Amino acid sequence: MIINKNGGVNLGKKKIMSLAFLMLLLISTVLYGCNGGDEGSEGDGGETGDEGESTEEKILIFGRGGDSVSLDPITVTDGESFKVTKNIFDTLVNFGAQDTEIEPGLASEYSASEDGLTYTFQLEEGVTFHDGTDFNAEAVVANFDRWAGGDADQFPYYGSMFGGFGDDEGHVLESVEATGDYEVTMTLKRPMAPFLKNLAMSPFGIASPTAIEEQGDAFGDNPVGTGPFKFVEWNRNDTVRIEKFEDYWVEGEPKLDEVVFRAIPDNSGRLNALLAGEIDLADGINPSDAETIKSNEDLQLYERPSMNVGYLGLTTTREPFDDPKVRQAMNHAIDRQALVDAFFEGYGEVAKNPLPPVISGYNDAIEGYDYDPEKAKALLEEAGLGDGFEMELWAMPVPRPYMPDGQKIAEAIQSDLAEVGITAEIVSYEWATYLEKAAAGEADAFLLGWTGDNGDADNFLYVLLDQDNIGSNNYTYYENQELHDILIEAQTEVDEEVRNELYAEAQEIIHKDAPWVPLAHSTPLLAGGSNVVNFQPHPTGSDKLAEVDLE
Amino acid sequence: MLHYIGKRLLQLIPVLLGMTFIVFMIIRAIPGDPAQVILGQQASEEAIKALRTTLGLDNPWYIQYFDYLKGLVTGDLGQSLRTRTPVVDEVWPYLAATIELSVFAVIIAIIVGINAGIISAWFQNSWFDYLAMVIALIGVSMPIFWLGLLNQWIFAIEFDLLPTSGRMNVRDPIDSITGFYIIDTLITGQFDQLATVMRHLILPGTALATIPMAIIARMTRSSMLEVMRSDYVRTARSKGLKMFWVVYKHALKNAIIPVLTIIGLQMGLLLGGAILTETIFAWPGIGRYIYEAISFRDYPVIQSGILIVAFIFVMINLFVDLLYSLVDPRIKYD
Repeated sequence: MIINKNGGVNLGKKKIMSLAFLMLLLISTVLYGCNGGDEGSEGDGGETGDEGESTEEKILIFGRGGDSVSLDPITVTDGESFKVTKNIFDTLVNFGAQDTEIEPGLASEYSASEDGLTYTFQLEEGVTFHDGTDFNAEAVVANFDRWAGGDADQFPYYGSMFGGFGDDEGHVLESVEATGDYEVTMTLKRPMAPFLKNLAMSPFGIASPTAIEEQGDAFGDNPVGTGPFKFVEWNRNDTVRIEKFEDYWVEGEPKLDEVVFRAIPDNSGRLNALLAGEIDLADGINPSDAETIKSNEDLQLYERPSMNVGYLGLTTTREPFDDPKVRQAMNHAIDRQALVDAFFEGYGEVAKNPLPPVISGYNDAIEGYDYDPEKAKALLEEAGLGDGFEMELWAMPVPRPYMPDGQKIAEAIQSDLAEVGITAEIVSYEWATYLEKAAAGEADAFLLGWTGDNGDADNFLYVLLDQDNIGSNNYTYYENQELHDILIEAQTEVDEEVRNELYAEAQEIIHKDAPWVPLAHSTPLLAGGSNVVNFQPHPTGSDKLAEVDLE
Repeated sequence: MLHYIGKRLLQLIPVLLGMTFIVFMIIRAIPGDPAQVILGQQASEEAIKALRTTLGLDNPWYIQYFDYLKGLVTGDLGQSLRTRTPVVDEVWPYLAATIELSVFAVIIAIIVGINAGIISAWFQNSWFDYLAMVIALIGVSMPIFWLGLLNQWIFAIEFDLLPTSGRMNVRDPIDSITGFYIIDTLITGQFDQLATVMRHLILPGTALATIPMAIIARMTRSSMLEVMRSDYVRTARSKGLKMFWVVYKHALKNAIIPVLTIIGLQMGLLLGGAILTETIFAWPGIGRYIYEAISFRDYPVIQSGILIVAFIFVMINLFVDLLYSLVDPRIKYD
């Protein structure tokens, strides 16, 4: 230690501080040595779980890419929020374990009238909210009253799925009434085919009316539902902790004592955390890491059933893509199989329609455009563009399950197009800018995709390709009156078979007009420790963990 | 001295004011509509318009700017567009996380960097000198991203010594009191938890420290070399003083001033530049908070987040300037 007379004292103090800190470091190292690395019993990479330190609690740690925005599901639209709220709230009806077929939820029975205008729900009895209040018909009505009394700013999904709020003309719900202690009757203004599927979506989880009243705006930080887990705490950008609800109405569930959702933004960092045994499940695994996981016996790979589509949109108002022949030529010019093999590592399938095959109404009879540069050239010749042309090709700046690497996919497409004489210049913008410019119709051709909300064909075809949605999700500005009529008719058609025929026809029209080059339906990957049992990834991206267990 | 401090603090006002203006203009110059981003891809035109009105985004920019300034004066940093929570209420845990990490990193960088620089200068052209300077060169040019993942692989997976990421063992959580987990565990006497917190700090801390450490080492070395050639050092040596005292007592005192400047600048850079480290190591800090706000066009969070970081930056630099006069009494501020 150096202490001198004129001012160096300060430096000396600094050194003392540093030394003290070093000591602290040393002590901590020694402490670590004594405890023999107790943390999470990371033992031998991946082999982790309940036999952690001292307690017998079964704690599952779910590593994911981002944090939730709010835990009041009706106020948000992001998947990371729903991943958590799916386990805190129940919905009146549920999706199947790994599909979007409708099953009973909080409503043990439900029926629709012949004309599709009245739905009656028989509710489960003896269900309580986490705050101890009773779940009954009044509670359901209170939730619907709250939603219908809001606006698109407060409850965005309610407006987009049920056509509006309160007295809005488009609002499909005439009334929601308690017709018994445990019976709710909903009256619709017009038939709505995907009505039950909408009700099964995570945003429409039934919340405790008492808690909503008490908490007000803070409800998103203190959510109270009837779900298998109740909320414990939330460290923003880090962890959301939920614990077993002892009085859960489904016998024997949940199996776990606690679930922690941990945000680890970097995909490689998340995989490292899984390999080190710090997390039990990892969302968002890169296709290129799939082999590593498969060859590791401490880990298992999960495939989330695909409910998405990645596509190259062709803005139909911009030359030369206003000519269907050019758009068809683009479809023939791109080798989709090669794209799927190279960038999805086989975890995806080539798309020929705008909606994935798991969805009811998918038209498998359509024959996709085959990869045929000669045919593409011939079509270009017919369109008077035998010498090719120049265009901008927009590459997505962010990875999404349906588009793992926009830049590289764009480069592959660029070289495919070069073979038929089209010169594509790759352009990219920051994500929010990209979407805004694309929605304004400023792109010639752009990479984009969509993940379904409710597993209904309408949620793909109408939302993405109907003329009503130009300027929002119909980025290609594609307009076809015939298609529009079919899609509108299908929205109110309650007979499943007739409806599927309508959608089959719609897909024919879209195929012929070719506003997109549909590229792929990807299979998002997850990984988990080999001790995780009964985890079934759901196509919607929010997984119910009530049956999941640790061995 | 007090007069000087007062003057410097007054000078801060136009600096910060200018900064709010520049940040305000830049984030509005980038396209992308917060209302659209908040409501998601499903939103209708009317909904977006309504939200723009609610958020005050319809007003001309100068009205928005003066509203913002008015809020600032009363201590209102605005409300996050995404979480609908006042920035003042939600920013502290992020800031605390980043300060804890940065201070840890700076301490590593200072201890290792200064000593490496001193020893390199002391034994100029020795193998240690060459080795240290090669490492420093690599350190300056090392991509943090790559280094972080590599360290995770080596120390967490292969040797199972340290946790890969995060601030604590989530299976055995810490109750936060101050937001600084080191302090929290110390005041509650949970020494096993303190060890866990320290272990979580090591990987991100060293990754974050790498570049400043290398810069400090190189700066210290060149500054020391210059001082070591000066007459008073030769005199001290000829008096028969032990080399250790010559170097650490006499030479270092004069060599440290430019190093202090560098340390001050580096600390500021650490605060804002921790984004990469915070991303790889899942550290819930302010870098990631601002970064995510940018992709959501969360204007108030971007503005106020940058303002806070900038404020800390200028305060550190003021502090360093004051430190000069303590280290070298020839420097006087009056």
